[in-house]
Amino acid sequence: MSNAVAEERTDRAAPAPDTEAGVNVKPSHRQPGALDLTPQSGAATVGTVTVDNPIMSAREVNVYYGDKHAIKNVSLDIGRNQVIAMIGPSGCGKSTFLRCLNRMNDTIESARVTGVITMDGRDIYDRRQDVVQLRARVGMVFQKPNPFPKSIYENVAYGPRIHGLASDRAELDEIVQTSLHRAGLWDEVKDRLSHSGTSLSGGQQQRLCIARTIAVNPEVILMDEPCSALDPIATARIEDLIDELRASYAIGIVTHSMQQAARVSQRTAYFHLGDLIEVGETDRIFTNPRHKLTEDYITGRFG
Amino acid sequence: MSETPRSPNERLPEALRDHRRAAEAVARGLKARYRAEARFKFYGMTAVALGMVFLAVLFFSIVSKGWSVFRQAYVQLEVFYDPAVLAPDGTRSSEALAQADYAALVKASLRKLFPQVEARADLRQLYGLVSSSAAYDLQRRIADDPARLGTTERVWLLTDDNVDQYYKGRIQRSESEETRPLSDQQLAWADQLRSSGAAQLRFNKQFFTSGDSREPELAGVWGAVAGTFFTLLVTLLLSFPIGVAAATYLEEFAKKNRMTDLIEVNINNLAAVPSIVFGLLGLAVFINVFGLPRSAPLVGGLVLTLMTLPTIIIASRAALKAVPPSIREAALGMGASRIQMVAHHVLPLALPGMLTGTIIGMARALGESAPLLMIGMVAFIVDIPKSLFDPATALPVQVYLWSDIPERAFVERTSGAIIVLLAFLIVMNGLAVLLRNRFERRW
Repeated sequence: MSNAVAEERTDRAAPAPDTEAGVNVKPSHRQPGALDLTPQSGAATVGTVTVDNPIMSAREVNVYYGDKHAIKNVSLDIGRNQVIAMIGPSGCGKSTFLRCLNRMNDTIESARVTGVITMDGRDIYDRRQDVVQLRARVGMVFQKPNPFPKSIYENVAYGPRIHGLASDRAELDEIVQTSLHRAGLWDEVKDRLSHSGTSLSGGQQQRLCIARTIAVNPEVILMDEPCSALDPIATARIEDLIDELRASYAIGIVTHSMQQAARVSQRTAYFHLGDLIEVGETDRIFTNPRHKLTEDYITGRFG
Repeated sequence: MSETPRSPNERLPEALRDHRRAAEAVARGLKARYRAEARFKFYGMTAVALGMVFLAVLFFSIVSKGWSVFRQAYVQLEVFYDPAVLAPDGTRSSEALAQADYAALVKASLRKLFPQVEARADLRQLYGLVSSSAAYDLQRRIADDPARLGTTERVWLLTDDNVDQYYKGRIQRSESEETRPLSDQQLAWADQLRSSGAAQLRFNKQFFTSGDSREPELAGVWGAVAGTFFTLLVTLLLSFPIGVAAATYLEEFAKKNRMTDLIEVNINNLAAVPSIVFGLLGLAVFINVFGLPRSAPLVGGLVLTLMTLPTIIIASRAALKAVPPSIREAALGMGASRIQMVAHHVLPLALPGMLTGTIIGMARALGESAPLLMIGMVAFIVDIPKSLFDPATALPVQVYLWSDIPERAFVERTSGAIIVLLAFLIVMNGLAVLLRNRFERRW
């Protein structure tokens, strides 16, 4: 048995002549109709990066942290009312790419972003684009639940308040209640809205973070490994929640767990060392990956 | 024991060759480690004990010298408001009454108490038992109620400070008469007054309500307390907002480049500059260039602000750095602008640390006398300052002034002023702890 594997290994290990970074770039591996990207570095993306009527699209995005080239010429669309999962081994740049979509990389001094990311046709990195407005339309949920050290009510009400979405207290109450309902947290906290947000359990805190994100009624929700700090039951609840939310929002989720990606998303994008290797329908990616690296990752050979 | 893998590498230290030897090595070292721990604990406790001992010695020496200031000797005299003395030609107008000879009334009462004293020199000594302020007390009583004219009443009047010191045991009969401020017969009269109950040690209201005075029995700290209060008010109102704003800007908004590094180095250096330098700066700039009034709490406050700012900025920056970045990211991710993120989320969490830094700075400002001496708060101020522009003095300066005076009564007043200063400090620190606990949030 081990011999067979070794044979397989030596078989594939023989690099083809037009290979870069050990990756096969022969045209036969590209699906007809895929976007033809001329690689500056690394390989071309396998699969369809575009969707019809995307809410956001990224074209030829490069991200540099100082001298380190973290994201290499990535192009990807985020579709409306669907979940796209970004998977890949540690350090492959999926979180970095996600953070580009709401310009959270602006907070890092050494980060430099090139390329075009548009939302509804307008470049979000344009000088005239107000980043505050962008972040009201593109919300983010972080890996470690980070509720504000204020009351549960204040946590959810903060966004609507600063963006002026409610004209009086009654409307604000309404928004808070609706958001907590949609996040599946209302029944558990309705009697203790004045308690501190940090007094909740991990899973509840993450749902609170989701509630405050949807309280401003964004168009896109970005989730950076939202369940990695949670136990399986809390994880399951949040996955159910994501499924409900996609009826109203476009969701991009970065995840380490392939099972989660398979359960929750409609499209999956596989990143590897800063390159976007393959994109496609989730079912197809996990049953019939076209790229060797994708297949290796999914079958557990590395990562 | 299970078979432990033996390492083939003979160059590895013995302990790493197999599990058993590792365990033995750990066991061998345990005793020395626990001994070192116990030693360290002992050093710590000794240091704390030493600190407590010094603190106790300090408090004891101050309190033992100063606690007696809270009582003062009064003598009860029967005073007859003699119209013949106060209104000899019949005029009872308030101006005439104000200028009458009230000292004569005091002398008459004393003569009545000790009728056997007749010689002029002896009478002068007798009159010296009562404070010179007694005449003014009587004048005030008549001014308050002119109907008292012609009546007799018993009044508690301040004794001379030397009698007070004798009652408190600071002047001993055993001292030789030439060096003693009170003569033998004065001591005898004082004893007589005390044993008959005419003289008593009562609560020293003067100390807390009056300003400085040449007469020790009249000298009080209230002027210095008011001066310190106004000075610290100016310091707090200026240094807290400026310090917090500067720290917030440097920490949250300024780009990290050579210029901000230079600023940071300079602020750290300023925190170590001797305080008298700030006093010279205040003299040169605030008084000479801006022409602000000398000895005013405003100028004192400005000088102390300059001195306290570096401390507050450094403490505030540390407090801001301690706020976890996850809170900032959460706020920014919600679409808060930078200022909103800082004002709504970072500052409230950093506030306890900033308050602590402010109180430390204020406590230092409370006790500083050198810079205040430079700007002129060294003058002998009798009137209680009522505004920021009236000449004033401060508690530490008052302590310094009184410590120089030879009269014995000022020794207890110096210590008494120190006690008041320490009480001020304890109240301020208590307030700081209260505020900090109220604003402290757990995240």
